[in-house]
Amino acid sequence: MASTRSQNQEPSRLVPIGLALPLVAFVLVTFVIPLGTMVVQSAYDPQVAQALPKTLDLLRDWNDSALPSSDVFETIASELISSREDRSIGKVATRVNRIKSGSRSVFAKTARRLERVEDTDLKTAMIEIDDRWEDIELWRAIRSAGQKFTARHYLRSVDLEPAQDGGIQQVSEDQRIYNTLYFRTVYVSLAVTVLCFLIGYPIAYAIASVSDSWAKILLVIVLVPFWTSLLVRTTSWLVLLQNQGVVNDVLVWIGLVSDDSRLALVHNMTGTLIAMTHVLLPFMILPLYAVMRSIPPDYMRAAASLGANPIEGFVKVYFPQSLPGVSAGCLLVFILSLGYYITPALVGGTKGQLISNMIAYHIQTSLNWGLAAAISVILLIGVFVCYFIFDRWVGIDKLKLG
Amino acid sequence: MTTDKATEQASDVHISFDNVVKSYDGSTQVVKDLNLDVNRGEFLTLLGPSGSGKTTCLMMLAGFESITSGTITIDGRAIQDILPHKRGIGMVFQNYALFPHLTVRKNLSFPLEVRGMSASERNSRVMRALELVQLEGLENRKPRNLSGGQQQRVAIARALVFEPEIVLMDEPLGALDRRLREEMQYEIRRIHQQLGVTMVYVTHDQQEAMVLSDRVAVFRDGRIEQIATPETLYEEPSRVFVSSFIGDNNVLYGEVREVQDNDICHVSIGPDRNVQALSVEETKPGEPVWVAIRPERVGIAKTENQYSNQFDAIVNDIVFMGDHLRINVDTCGVRNFIIKIPNLVGHGAVLPGDEIQVGWATLDCRALSMDSEKT
Repeated sequence: MASTRSQNQEPSRLVPIGLALPLVAFVLVTFVIPLGTMVVQSAYDPQVAQALPKTLDLLRDWNDSALPSSDVFETIASELISSREDRSIGKVATRVNRIKSGSRSVFAKTARRLERVEDTDLKTAMIEIDDRWEDIELWRAIRSAGQKFTARHYLRSVDLEPAQDGGIQQVSEDQRIYNTLYFRTVYVSLAVTVLCFLIGYPIAYAIASVSDSWAKILLVIVLVPFWTSLLVRTTSWLVLLQNQGVVNDVLVWIGLVSDDSRLALVHNMTGTLIAMTHVLLPFMILPLYAVMRSIPPDYMRAAASLGANPIEGFVKVYFPQSLPGVSAGCLLVFILSLGYYITPALVGGTKGQLISNMIAYHIQTSLNWGLAAAISVILLIGVFVCYFIFDRWVGIDKLKLG
Repeated sequence: MTTDKATEQASDVHISFDNVVKSYDGSTQVVKDLNLDVNRGEFLTLLGPSGSGKTTCLMMLAGFESITSGTITIDGRAIQDILPHKRGIGMVFQNYALFPHLTVRKNLSFPLEVRGMSASERNSRVMRALELVQLEGLENRKPRNLSGGQQQRVAIARALVFEPEIVLMDEPLGALDRRLREEMQYEIRRIHQQLGVTMVYVTHDQQEAMVLSDRVAVFRDGRIEQIATPETLYEEPSRVFVSSFIGDNNVLYGEVREVQDNDICHVSIGPDRNVQALSVEETKPGEPVWVAIRPERVGIAKTENQYSNQFDAIVNDIVFMGDHLRINVDTCGVRNFIIKIPNLVGHGAVLPGDEIQVGWATLDCRALSMDSEKT
C-alpha cells in the first residue's frame, strides 16, 4: 500500500519542482555565478600570460640573477608591439605595476618607441629607451605577473607578499592597511551588535508586552526608518551630528559643552557607530520580538507563584527563553555590520572606514578587482565561520526572524 | 461523611472572598459580588462553563489579576497589596508552564533556590516531591522529553515542593486524554488527602469536579449558582442550570397547579398531563416552573400505575454504553427525553419505534422556580 501511495505522489511532487525551476535558474544567474566569478577572479588572472606568452615561456628558464638574454628582449619586444596593437598592454602595465610600483609607464613608452627602432640589437635599444629594462626586479615582476593562478591577492589582502627567496613576507609598514581594517571591522561589528542588543532588547520587550493594538503602532515606529532610504537616514545623521549640527547645538545650549569645544561626533568612529546602530536596530528588534511574543505570560506568572520576584523571574526564566531571539538578532546584526559600506563611507571619515569601503575602493577606483575579490572572499569566510559557530552553539533551526 | 468533615472545618476559614467584583472595562462585570469561604484543608472546585469567571477568581487569588472592588483575605489578612511572589501560593497552570530550558530537578528546585535554601535541603525536598508524584529517576530530563502525564506530575510537584498552604490549579488536566485524565484525578485526590493543603481547583468538567472535590462552587456569568458537596449538587440542585450542568437531566416546562403541605406540588406540563414533584423553593399555584428528572431515575413501567408519574412514550433510539443503556424517547411532549437503564440481565429489551410507558417517583423529580433563570 505504501508503494502505491508513493507512486501516486510522484507526479504531484514534480509539479512544485518544475514551478521552482525558474527561481533556481534566477538564483543561479544572479547569485551563484557572480559569487563564483568573484572567487575565480581573486585567484585567476590570465591577462599578462595571454599578452606575453612566449616571453614568459623563455623566462621560465631564466636564472633570475642576471639580466635575461637578448632572445628574451627580442621576444618581449615583438609581443609588446603586438599587445600595443590589440590594446592589452595597459592591463599588462597595471598588473606589473602592482608588483613593482613605478613601472607602469615603461611598457607603453617602450612599445611606442620600439616601432620606430630598426636596430637589430633590441636589448641595447630597449635599455636606451628606458633604463628600467636593466632592472632585474622588473623582469621578476613580469614573470610573477605572468602566473595565471596566483595567491598574490590573498597574500596582499592580509598584508603579505611573496618574498624574493620564494617565501612570504609582510609588506612594508606604510602599506599595511588590511589587517587593521579587519580588526576594526570586527570591533565595530561587535560594538554595533552590543549597542543594538542593549537598545533593542527593552524595545522588543515593550512591544511584546503591550496590547496588540499598541504593539502594531510601536512596530510601525520601529519599521518606518527601515522603510525610508538608507541614504536619507545616513545623511540625516550627518545633519544631526556634525559640528554645527542639532546635537551639538543642543548640548551647547544646555551648557554641557562649551561653544569652542563642540564634540566631534561624525566623520570618525563615533559617527560610524551611532549611524550603524540606528540603521541595524530593526534587525535586532524583529527577531527578538518574534521570540518574545511566543513566550507565554504563564512562565512569568509561574515564576512569581513559585516565589521569584520580577527581576529573578526575568533573569532566570524570561531571558533564557528569549535567547534564540537574542542570538538570531546578534548574528544578523553582526553579519550585516561586517559587510556594511554606505554608512561608514558617508559618516565614517577616514577613521571610521571599514573593510567594505576598501573593497569598494578597489572595485571603483584602483580597479584591482582581484584584490577586491580576495578581500570579499575572506569576508565571506568570516561570515561562514560566524554561521557555523552559531549553528554549533545555538542551532540554526532555532533562528526565528518573525 | 463529607458533610461531617465540612461542618467540623466550618469554623476554620482559610480563604475568603468578600463582595469581590472584577471588571476589565469598568462596565461589564466578569465577577459579580462574589462571596465565598474556603476552609482550611478543603478541596474546593470552581466549576462552570468558559467565561463564567472561575479562572478570573483564581487569578485574583494568585495575584495575577487586580481586584476591582471587595476584598480577598487569607487567614483574615487582606491580600490585594501583597505581591504575587510573596503570597506563597502554589499554582498549577493549564499548560503546566514548566520552564523548558531547565531540567525537572532545576524546575523543582527553582522555588527553593529563590527562597535561599541550602543545596542539600533543596535536594532532599526535590526528591520527596518527585516521590510524591511517583516520578523518581526522571529528574535530569528536560520537560519536552516527558509525556503529557509526566509533565503534569512535574507541574504538581513544583507547586507543592515549597510546601505552600494553598495550592491553586487552573484546568490542569485539560490537555490530557481521557484515560490519563481519570488517572490524574485520583492522583490529585490522593495527594490532597496525603498533604491536607487547601486546594482551589478550576475546571469545566463536572465529572472531574465530582471526583476531586469536598465542595463545588458552580459558576455562571460571574456568580455562584450553588455551592455544596458533590452529592448535594447532584441530588438537590437548587437551580435548573446546576441540575443540567452536573450530570444529565431531563427538564420539563410547566405550571404549578397545587402545593401540598409536605412540599409536594402538582405541575401541569401539558393538556391532561400532571407531574407530582418535590418543590425546592416556595412556589404558589400559577407559577411557571422547571421540572427536572435524572435519567437514571426514570424506569420503563411494566404495569399500569407502577410510578406516581407515568406517561406514554415512543422509543427513538437506544445506545449501548456498556454499564448502562441510554434510551432516547418522545414523552410528555418532549423530544429526546433520556432514560438510563442499568445493563442488568433481563432489563427488558425495547426496540426503536416501540410504544412503552416510562415513569418516575415523586421524590426523584424536582420543581425548580424560574426566577433569575434565563435558560
